[in-house]
Amino acid sequence: MKSMKFRLAGVAVTGAILLASCGGDSSSDDAAADEPAAEESTSEATGADCAVDQVDGDLYLYNWSEYIDPDLKTAFEEQYGVAVIEDNYDSNEAMQPIVAAGNSGYDVIVPSDYMVSIMIEEGSLQALQLDAIPNMANLDPVFYPAPYDPTGAYTAAYQWGTTGLGVDLTVLGEDTPRTWGLVFDPELSANFGGNITLLNDPRETIGAALKYLGYSLNTTSIEELDEAKALVADAVARIAAFDSDQYDELLVSGQTQIAHGFSGNMLYGIDEAENPDDYTYFVPDEGGTIWTDNMALPFDAPHPCTAHTFINFILDAENGAALTNWNLYGSPNAASEPFIDAEVLENEIVYPADRSKLEFITNTGDFETNFSDAFSEAKG
Amino acid sequence: MSVGIAEAKRERSERRRGFLLALPSFAYMVLFFAVPLIIVLVYSFATRTSTGSTALSDWNLDAYRKLGEPIVRNVVVRSVILALVTTVICLVVAYPFAWFCAHQRPTIRNLLLIAVMIPFWTNFLVRNYAWRILLSNGGPISSFTEAIGLGETNILFTKTAVVIGLVYAYLPFMILPLYASIDRLDRRLIEAGRDLYGSGSQTFRRIVLPLTMPGVIAGSILVFVPSMGAYVTPELLGGGKETLLGSYIVTQFLTARNWPVGASLSFVLMAVMLVSTIVYFRSGGKNL
Amino acid sequence: MSETITRRLPAWALRTNGAVVLIFLYAPIILLVVFSFSASRIPGQWGGFTSEWYATLFDDSRLQRTISVSVKVALVSTLLATVLGTMSALALERFKFRGRKVFDALLYLPIIIPDVTMAVMMLMFFSQAFDLLDSVFGIGLSKGFATIVVSHVAFNIAFVSVVVRARIAGMDATLEQAASDLYATRWQAFRFVTLPLIAPGVLGGALLAITLSLDDVVVTQFVAGPGSTTLPVYVFSLIRKGVTPTINAVSVIMLVASLILVAGSVGLQRANASRGRQQLRTPGGTS
Repeated sequence: MKSMKFRLAGVAVTGAILLASCGGDSSSDDAAADEPAAEESTSEATGADCAVDQVDGDLYLYNWSEYIDPDLKTAFEEQYGVAVIEDNYDSNEAMQPIVAAGNSGYDVIVPSDYMVSIMIEEGSLQALQLDAIPNMANLDPVFYPAPYDPTGAYTAAYQWGTTGLGVDLTVLGEDTPRTWGLVFDPELSANFGGNITLLNDPRETIGAALKYLGYSLNTTSIEELDEAKALVADAVARIAAFDSDQYDELLVSGQTQIAHGFSGNMLYGIDEAENPDDYTYFVPDEGGTIWTDNMALPFDAPHPCTAHTFINFILDAENGAALTNWNLYGSPNAASEPFIDAEVLENEIVYPADRSKLEFITNTGDFETNFSDAFSEAKG
Repeated sequence: MSVGIAEAKRERSERRRGFLLALPSFAYMVLFFAVPLIIVLVYSFATRTSTGSTALSDWNLDAYRKLGEPIVRNVVVRSVILALVTTVICLVVAYPFAWFCAHQRPTIRNLLLIAVMIPFWTNFLVRNYAWRILLSNGGPISSFTEAIGLGETNILFTKTAVVIGLVYAYLPFMILPLYASIDRLDRRLIEAGRDLYGSGSQTFRRIVLPLTMPGVIAGSILVFVPSMGAYVTPELLGGGKETLLGSYIVTQFLTARNWPVGASLSFVLMAVMLVSTIVYFRSGGKNL
Repeated sequence: MSETITRRLPAWALRTNGAVVLIFLYAPIILLVVFSFSASRIPGQWGGFTSEWYATLFDDSRLQRTISVSVKVALVSTLLATVLGTMSALALERFKFRGRKVFDALLYLPIIIPDVTMAVMMLMFFSQAFDLLDSVFGIGLSKGFATIVVSHVAFNIAFVSVVVRARIAGMDATLEQAASDLYATRWQAFRFVTLPLIAPGVLGGALLAITLSLDDVVVTQFVAGPGSTTLPVYVFSLIRKGVTPTINAVSVIMLVASLILVAGSVGLQRANASRGRQQLRTPGGTS
């Protein structure tokens, strides 16, 4: 309930300003400490017991864009007689402050792994009523409970994927080495100078360099980080752009030859290409990022029962498969497997055979700012 | 004596009138801008927690100390240069254009003015994407220069692309105030200047430019300031290969989730800009 | 206009510059119109002619909702900001009063403040103000249309004021004074003399305000409530999966709509002009 306290502290600050009173320096802390009553009442209000399939209003969904099959939304609306109102965000970092500030009005949000652990710690998520979500049992044990939500009390995995490289095979050749060296090895990558994009994301891009060096994505060693920073700084001269959004389109329109990006987006872009066989995606042999997006309830979700019902609906075997067939991302739903299109299930891009070298990005706490600083400094 | 009292009375009532005229927006700005701003000011003295939220305790100046790091200086210098280049280009292009607009028949004049704005009623992101296509390898501009024998031009993901994008984005911000001040020029003054100085360039320097200075200043501020903070255009057209002020601040608030540093940087930036704006205004009003 | 100046600044140079500016401004717009009919989803690749994107646009109720929110927000916030901004410009340029300097400085801050800082601060402000109202008065408010408008007005007052002030600054006040002696009320003096004089500045300010409102992403994203997003926020959220040509189609429709609007207002202006109001413009303005 930490964030709750901060919010109340903030109320005190605003109040102080509004009333133009000259409160002492500790007034906000006192206010935070003295408000257990408000905290309880909030958790009571949102903690009402929900039954399976119960709805208590329309569903306000805050999701990544184009991340749910519209037919699934329609099916949910028809089955439960409620409307699904969806808004989208383009990054965890844009969504989190909005939800944490309170009064966001959303019932279900879909944060990624590391953001889940942050939001749990800050008290921005409310514990799920597992009784209302019998389909939780469908989740693959790999994803439930997940390392970022170790008790499985707050989230249900939605989709999963990897971060790696999309390449133009007509330039790199079918037998291209599958290594981060394509970006970070000066000699190897010199062939593709000016034709590479990297994600504009400190954790992903520095993480790729860390993997190339054989370190963990989640290192908290400043020396290892400095090595990785130097690699990225060196690569800046060879890349076309840092791009987190259009890398797939730049690749398949011939503007670039190597693109650092997310598996599903890359596959989606490749499918749009004139000759999809000319392109592929892989996680380099040194390893890379695995990530999940997860359904969760904001601490002040106005319609918690509808939210639980929605999560249960998505975790249904067939619905989970529909999600993956539409998104081209991996399904964390073990029961869905029989319903997933064979071409998706057998696609190495969606379901890589060797997942041993994949690593989740985790919140490194106070070390986190070092990653963003290193990234800013690497760019110069 | 009685004249003095009447005068003082008149002045008092003028003051009251001015105050009443300003009151609604003054009150609005205090409630919906100054008060929120104070919240941010408070945050700039707070501490980032290990989860990236802001602890409103342990008040300190760490966030301000961080601004002394070399990366911040580099970022600021680079952004100032970029913003200056953008502003100068906008000014040079917009002044004659605004002049041209101001000297058309009223109907055409308004039409031109609106024609300047209409492109900006489409979507900001879409316009940047359109520039991405225009500037891309083998794109329309490259094909054009190739056709006329200048060879391929690969501008996308260069600094030139960033400048083009920023000039595009903020040109109207320069044209509008320039137009507003050129349009109110009293032509008789210009004629008098012609008689006095003889040459047109002298007339321009001594009469036209000083009289339109408020527009030049307003336009320069409206272009310079947002160019300093721009981050989407530099990232989309320049490839985000250099850290600029706008993206650095966004990184602090969102990616690093370090609100104290984001807040302190914003405050120092605003203070510096405010002071230099006032100085610029004063000097612009008197010397030029 | 004065012929002496025309001779000095060759008309052809001005006209060429004008043409170049217009080509520069419209080049991406033309591209956008063309690609709104391209069948390929990949930007910059011509995939053959299609009107599919326009069809999806008419089916997409969510997109239509965001467009309607955007237009409403733009109109309401522009109206408010133009009135408030013009009032403050007049107050600052024409009057001396207590707190003038503070107000002046305060009015520059919205121009200077980085987008994201304003976004974060408005988010915190609304959430804390709402909590306060809720705990003290029991009034439950939530973010939505009103919070977007309030925020847009908060930054637009400053922009309108800057443009209007550029118009008023140094403008001879004797005309207005004469008018205030002539007309019975202050309001009449304002309505018939001051307003026509500053009208180009007010129009410019309003145009700037509407543009800024229609283009704002960051602030709006943070102050919008569920289901009340504007078009730019919606478009921005699409970039991860690729902005479909539907968005090009939306831009084209907005373009056409504004052209129709402009054509309408030009017609209106003609009617007004024939009523002789143009005489009140600056001397020599119509020659």
